[in-house]
Amino acid sequence: MVNRILVGAHYGLKDWIIQRATAIIMAVYTVIFLVVIAAVGPDSFDAWRGIFANGFMKFATFLFFVSVFYHAWIGIRDIWMDYIKPDALRLLMMIATAAVLVGYAGWAVQILWRM
Amino acid sequence: MAEMAIKKKRPKNLDLPTIRLPLPGILSILHRVSGAAIFLLLPVLLWLLQSSLASPEAFAGVKGIIGHPLARIVLFGLIWFYMHHFCAGIRYLLLDVDKGVGLEAARRSSKIVFAVSIALTLIIGAKVLW
Ligand code: HEM
Repeated sequence: MVNRILVGAHYGLKDWIIQRATAIIMAVYTVIFLVVIAAVGPDSFDAWRGIFANGFMKFATFLFFVSVFYHAWIGIRDIWMDYIKPDALRLLMMIATAAVLVGYAGWAVQILWRM
Repeated sequence: MAEMAIKKKRPKNLDLPTIRLPLPGILSILHRVSGAAIFLLLPVLLWLLQSSLASPEAFAGVKGIIGHPLARIVLFGLIWFYMHHFCAGIRYLLLDVDKGVGLEAARRSSKIVFAVSIALTLIIGAKVLW
């Protein structure tokens, strides 16, 4: 049964694919990150900072964050759709979720490029 | 409304003590719980990352926070949640491409997910938190 009560216009297969694509990106980054950590063993500030000063890791980390936020948007929205029945509250939670995640994306840029 | 149509008579089994959630079911609910928990802790994680990269003093401060017993418990739980979500997520991706779909295979792969995610959590937790 397809239940189309108060959801965005662009959902369904497209979101399903994006959730999988972001999952793959995050999984690959997780492996890269663990390998880098194991190789560098960042005990000092300089070693730790050096990881994210590296151009490739900076880009990969940013890509990871964008994936987390988009993936979380789809996942959390699905959870609201399952459990929150009153339309107004459901819409409010979706807007709050999206707002917070967009904010995090800006914050992540700031962390990575102003460090 | 759409709800009306599905509120017809359907068989119910409310004898709850006789219902047992099999391992793949536990894996599934933990996948949702872990995804939600990581989402809720995102601001804390971003703040920790920001501080750890800001200055040598702030880096030392983050190390101190991570060393606190309460923070250790929370972060240990978070590492486990992440590793569970990561391993269970890969299992779902494989199921999506029709790998391991049978009942026996699904049971076996959920055991692997628990074993691997707990092992990774212990290794990473020991490395990072102690
Ligand atoms: C290695 C990284 C990750 C992988 C491989 C992964 C994989 C997946 C997959 C395949 C799904 C879809 C499951 C389904 O449709 O039943 C999913 C759902 C979800 N993910 Fe992730 N994920 C990862 C990281 C994250 C992170 C970092 C977060 C939190 C910010 C997150 C939050 C969620 C949420 C909330 C859902 C929805 C759960 C549900 O509907 O029950 N995921 N993930």
